[in-house]
Amino acid sequence: MAVRHEIRFMLNDRDVSVSDLGASNTLLDFLRLDQRLTGTKEGCAEGDCGACTVLVGRLHDGELRYEAVNACIRFLASVDGCHVVTVEHLRGADGGLHPVQQAMVDEHGSQCGFCTPGFVMSLYALWMQVPEPTELQVETALQGNLCRCTGYSPIIRAAHAISRHGTPASDFLMQERKAVTTKLAAFDDGARVEVGPDDNRAIIPASVADLADVLTVTPDATIVAGATDVGLWVTKFLRPIGPAVFIGLIDGLKRIETKADGIHLGAGVSYSEAEETLTKAFPHLADYWSRIAGWQVRNMGTIGGNIANGSPIGDTPPVLIALDASIILRCGDSQRVVPLADFFVDYGKQDREAGDFVEAIHIPTSTEDWRHAAYKISKRRDEDISSVAAGFAVKVDNNVITEARLAFGGMAATPKRAAAAEAALVGLAFDATSFETAAKALAKDFSPLTDWRASADYRLKVAQNLLKRFWLEQSGSAEAVRLSA
Amino acid sequence: MTTASTIKGAVNTDLRHDSATKHVSGRAEYTDDIPEPAGTLHAYLGVSNVAHATLNGVYLEAVRSAAGVVGVLTAADIPGVNDVSPTGRHDEPVFPTEKIEFHGQPLFAVVADTRDNARRAAELAKVDCDVLPHALDPIAAQDAGYPHITDNLTLARGDAAGAMPKAQHRIAGRMEIGGQDHMYLEGHIAFAIPGEDDDVIVHCSTQHPSEAQHMVAHVLGVPSNAVVVNVRRMGGGFGGKESQMNLFCAVAAMAAKKWNVPVKIRPDRDQDMTATGKRHDFVVDYEVGFDNDGRIEAVKGDFAARCGWSSDLSGPVTDRALFHADNAYFYPNVKLVSQPMKTNTVSNTAFRGFGGPQGVVAAERMIEEIAYALGKDPLEVRKANFYGGKGRDLTPYHQEVEDNILDRLIGELEQNSDYQARRKAIIAHNAKGGIIRKGIALTPVKFGISFTATWYNQAGALVHVYNDGSIHLNHGGTEMGQGLNTKVAQVVADAFQVDFDTIKITKTTTEKVPNTSATAASSGSDLNGMAALNACDQIRERLIAFAVENWGVAADQVAFLPNQVQVGDQVFAFGDFIKQAYMARVQLSAAGFYKTPKIHWDRAAGKGRPFYYFAYGAACSEVSIDTLTGEYRVDRTDILHDVGRSLNPILDKGQVEGAFIQGMGWLTTEELWWDDKGALRTHAPSTYKIPLASDRPRIFNVDLADWSENRELTIKRSKAVGEPPFMLGIAVLEALSMAVASVADYKECPRLDAPATPERVLMAVERLQGD
Repeated sequence: MAVRHEIRFMLNDRDVSVSDLGASNTLLDFLRLDQRLTGTKEGCAEGDCGACTVLVGRLHDGELRYEAVNACIRFLASVDGCHVVTVEHLRGADGGLHPVQQAMVDEHGSQCGFCTPGFVMSLYALWMQVPEPTELQVETALQGNLCRCTGYSPIIRAAHAISRHGTPASDFLMQERKAVTTKLAAFDDGARVEVGPDDNRAIIPASVADLADVLTVTPDATIVAGATDVGLWVTKFLRPIGPAVFIGLIDGLKRIETKADGIHLGAGVSYSEAEETLTKAFPHLADYWSRIAGWQVRNMGTIGGNIANGSPIGDTPPVLIALDASIILRCGDSQRVVPLADFFVDYGKQDREAGDFVEAIHIPTSTEDWRHAAYKISKRRDEDISSVAAGFAVKVDNNVITEARLAFGGMAATPKRAAAAEAALVGLAFDATSFETAAKALAKDFSPLTDWRASADYRLKVAQNLLKRFWLEQSGSAEAVRLSA
Repeated sequence: MTTASTIKGAVNTDLRHDSATKHVSGRAEYTDDIPEPAGTLHAYLGVSNVAHATLNGVYLEAVRSAAGVVGVLTAADIPGVNDVSPTGRHDEPVFPTEKIEFHGQPLFAVVADTRDNARRAAELAKVDCDVLPHALDPIAAQDAGYPHITDNLTLARGDAAGAMPKAQHRIAGRMEIGGQDHMYLEGHIAFAIPGEDDDVIVHCSTQHPSEAQHMVAHVLGVPSNAVVVNVRRMGGGFGGKESQMNLFCAVAAMAAKKWNVPVKIRPDRDQDMTATGKRHDFVVDYEVGFDNDGRIEAVKGDFAARCGWSSDLSGPVTDRALFHADNAYFYPNVKLVSQPMKTNTVSNTAFRGFGGPQGVVAAERMIEEIAYALGKDPLEVRKANFYGGKGRDLTPYHQEVEDNILDRLIGELEQNSDYQARRKAIIAHNAKGGIIRKGIALTPVKFGISFTATWYNQAGALVHVYNDGSIHLNHGGTEMGQGLNTKVAQVVADAFQVDFDTIKITKTTTEKVPNTSATAASSGSDLNGMAALNACDQIRERLIAFAVENWGVAADQVAFLPNQVQVGDQVFAFGDFIKQAYMARVQLSAAGFYKTPKIHWDRAAGKGRPFYYFAYGAACSEVSIDTLTGEYRVDRTDILHDVGRSLNPILDKGQVEGAFIQGMGWLTTEELWWDDKGALRTHAPSTYKIPLASDRPRIFNVDLADWSENRELTIKRSKAVGEPPFMLGIAVLEALSMAVASVADYKECPRLDAPATPERVLMAVERLQGD
């Protein structure tokens, strides 16, 4: 295996190669401290405010795609082979302000200005994809950007005004696409990358097989996919993560396949990349999916990572457990399939041995006799961690419930099925009374915690009420039973 | 040259923020963006991990020997006075020597070659202490016999005790009102550069450069003239940078002088939120007596506040809570008492509204109580109690309300928002008994403008006209996004009748304008605009005298036209005229000054005229709640707000919109949560949830009352705008309350405390349904 000891990427209009870095170096510090590109701001260093938003362009099967990401928790090593675009690079056709910037100025979208470069970058990423966005699309794109001054209205107006100042077709990045694509393709030399001192080593495997080899040799390495959690280990907890294996750039883990038996997602597939396929197959996930974190984090974070880190409050496990998903764990050349519900053993403990890595997630095809729902309850509607998350799947045969999977997050030390409530449901009629019975049984399943997100009482009450909501929605209540976006 | 009929950027016109282009292109420079000279070191604070303890010692050997560490600073290293108390109460050591008073309290600073090394080293201290019991909230503090952290205040008028039993109805209750973190996007930062002798320059993000200057001098033990504090702009302030940067400035300056190198200190977001103060939480015990029409006869209120471990600004903050506990309503008999409680939490501080919002929320709770008790629309109760009418214009602090415009303002908003019809429709919707319930509320605000510390109501400005006709403007106010520099420059442009871009806006610096007040209390434009105008007037007078003498015309034959000066029959370009004045040795620079007239305040007597005038506004909000989960959405908000004759309507509108959303956040999703060890667990945006774009009202109509004009002689008859609209967010809380009340047919006041998180909403629904 050829090994390269530097990373290479494009930063705005120039090529950069860096060899003096380790696993824990962040893109934001590189931009601000090394490059003095100070337009990108640090607001929180945890991916929750968006002041550090930059674009990262990357080749997906040869096609160049730009995504808005949080530079604060993006590790520098993980931009190998990418094109990083910061606010300093933006320009209009005449060399003046870019259409996004002009719209923000015209609509008075900045007050203190500190969050502004981040908003500009998020709006820019949206505009490249959707030049005439709906209000909902704008709000969704801005879920990861906090503004404390304006109250957002002028920024929303700016988002709608951008296209008055130009079209994506005449945008400078679009015009440079070919050249950038060629350059990024040339960066890809098929080598493994290893940089940094031993205790802070960053390893970027060249392929899935190479990853398996790396983990066989270094089984205790920190596996970093989207870094939306591991990033905080560094920026918040100052934890060493080396040696760290960066898997977010491995094409072999990015596959999304829809087959007769269901959907296969590579462990490196981001929330954003999975969205179209998943919500098409499972429409009940659409609203839920757009409420996972903010846009930048959905662009970086992976479903594999959300599962593998074993958090009791990850958003995807409850809904995937309800869908009867399983994961493929790989160690060296051997693979084993674990039902997702069984993967979570206890708080901080998963059914994963040293050297194992999550290679893929399999979600079986559902049939029409299954009724599904996915609910997320949080203090703030968007970009918040669930106080309670729920995935429900109930099989109904001749108006009798024959199977039930009720999975919850935020209710226990792990994402967990409600065994008592499920047992209570099975065999009962598909009616309101049955769900009331199940709601009562739920108290036997869970003794949730009180913390800053919610009290134990609230969590249990809401979990029970979600069963009521599920019934009301399934029974086709004429009145709305939940608030729409 | 152009001969436009008006100048560009005149007062009373929409003009974009002067830094807008720099903001959007990332070229606006904040303190952390200033290039660091070679050798710059970085400081970081080491903090306590207990809430209350006797401090025996802090052992720093491991810190000192950590990678990259140059040294540490402890209380023993302070050359001057170990105190940064902004009010001179001497109760806020930079680093404590005897007791730890809150979880996260700075105990020492470490200085290292990089910020990362300093941060890592700060974790390595060993603290020897004996833990003591702690009290985190004002009630626990009262129960534990904790003292007032500062003198409390009583406001009384009439005979509340005598009138209460005679009232037809009486209701007593308690309301808990949460605090709020500022969550400015740019956190605290100070960057000190040492100079010769005792000199030091501190670049920082502060609303109060003069105080930072004086505090740094105090801590260094040098005269104030050795210290320069500079602020070009802040990435948001909201009150959080009125006094809270003192410590950071002092530490950076101490380190810079000790090692004779530039030193920067920038806490991370978590330390910023745990180590610096916030809006005060309050627990209000109220009793209100009223008649069958809902007219208030007597009010008693006890306002206990979580002040934290030191007084900071808690005295004036809790005073202001009482000043606004009437909101817009006349209380014939009233007694209001503040209880500024010491607690083992971070020392709470200024935050937009400065205690006023908590007073207003309590007033509105009492209105709600009356409305639900009598089965009336709360708006009807509000109208019945507005100031106005014979003998009904005296506040609890004995200031006459002379400028009330609420009757007209509320009337217009009620009409424009179609309040009555929508309320009817909502009641009909709720009567169907569905899961989704709705509520609507129209709430007013009346807010007193002036610092209640009367001496703060002064300002200075420095205006230079260079001999090419370009103008350099400096004033004591600071720019934190509100557009103050833009507005003051408009005043200067107007005074000389030159285009706005003739004027160079510069950083705020203690070198140019001394002894300034904080840019706070919404006073920025009022004070600094007038001071700048005063400077311009001095120069104009000299220019007119010069023209009279030079061309032999009468003074009234000299006129400042757009970008020109007319002298008799002659017209000069402004720059040419200035050049001639320079050649004639006219002084083209002036220091302006202003002090607010009419105001006085006798705190001991609880009487006076603390406010020059009042600003008014009202909001109507409609919400939907999910009675299964407590989740909610704001469906629509209509606002009509009074800024007098606006200096810059588009900037003022931005303030109104932003303040409303911030006020809404305070009362809905922004929750401060301490664990039983006294640690604040909501200390970053991951856990502390300010509103997002998707939280703003689905329909949001914001208008300025363009017919309003300040009856006092303020700058161009405008009114202050920073704080008053913050309280418009109360309409959302009241609307949520109505939606909750619907589950019990509006027969019971839901007593929805703040913040009304989805959890509080659901629990209130459950409570009312259970009855």
